[in-house]
Amino acid sequence: MTTTQIIITLAVIAVVTLLTRGIAFVIFPGNKPVPPFISYLSKVLPFAVIGMLVVYCLKEVSLINRPYGLPELLGCAATAALHLWKHNNLISIGGGTVIYMILVQQVFR
Amino acid sequence: MKLKALKAAFPHTIPVLLGYLFMGMAFGILLSAMGYAPWWSTLIAITIYCGSMQFVALDLLAGFFDPLGAALMTLLVNARHIFYGLSTIEMFRRMPKQRPYLIFSQTDETFSLHCSTTPPEGVDEGWFHFFLAVLDHLYWIGGCTIGALAGMLISFDTTGIEFVMTALFVVIFVDQWQGTKQHTPALVGVAATLVCLVIFGSQSFLIPAMLLILGLLTLLRPRLEGGNEK
Repeated sequence: MTTTQIIITLAVIAVVTLLTRGIAFVIFPGNKPVPPFISYLSKVLPFAVIGMLVVYCLKEVSLINRPYGLPELLGCAATAALHLWKHNNLISIGGGTVIYMILVQQVFR
Repeated sequence: MKLKALKAAFPHTIPVLLGYLFMGMAFGILLSAMGYAPWWSTLIAITIYCGSMQFVALDLLAGFFDPLGAALMTLLVNARHIFYGLSTIEMFRRMPKQRPYLIFSQTDETFSLHCSTTPPEGVDEGWFHFFLAVLDHLYWIGGCTIGALAGMLISFDTTGIEFVMTALFVVIFVDQWQGTKQHTPALVGVAATLVCLVIFGSQSFLIPAMLLILGLLTLLRPRLEGGNEK
């Protein structure tokens, strides 16, 4: 990408991010009730999208070739286990990432 | 008045300080590794200010120029912010002066701080929440900048650091899973995306996955709406 294209891409991301953060305030300025279908989506969609994003992050993992997705599986399991144990984002994300880095750099080379 | 609000807000933001420094640095290091000068990282941290989306943006910047695809991806990754907005409409209505910035700066972590903290007696509510948001933003800008500089100055084996994004979403997933008894939406998200990944391949599965999720959730509405408790 050229510098102009990079700036356009980043601007699009920034504007749409602001849009998602602000749209509720624009559409419902007063005490206007939220339509039931939108209200339903706002309750269930966040759960589904995070599930989708976990899979998205793992999209390039191959189960057929070595190391058969083992580092990713162990990294995710470690992250989830740390989080269930301590409930501290830094420990879970930091610990899980460091464990994954050790796995791909030292163990499954 | 403002100093008092700042002092009251700071202790609540310490967990975010640690988390944002680590995550921001990971982002800065990755952006640096792609050949970007450090000020890009600072600029992105100031203007986009969204951890999950910034990591996805790294993927988008590495691909072909596709503003429409970037817009759609941002919309889906950040759709949960619409829900945060719906949840803070009433609260922010009480803070007209700080409202524009509070809306702009509402990240996952800042949203959870707004919902879980109240100012102590005698501290202005609007400025208290404003400083929660400003401090978080500064931590993020600091982390992204330090990471970008570190990535340029020192070289160490960063293989695997991109897992920070996966770990972030796993953590949000676990939090959400424990926060509700209704697990169907989360399972629909995982299952529909996996099915589309197998059918369409890793380059073009995302849009079909989004449509399938939307369709399934619409079909499941009568079943889910009764027992969906947050």
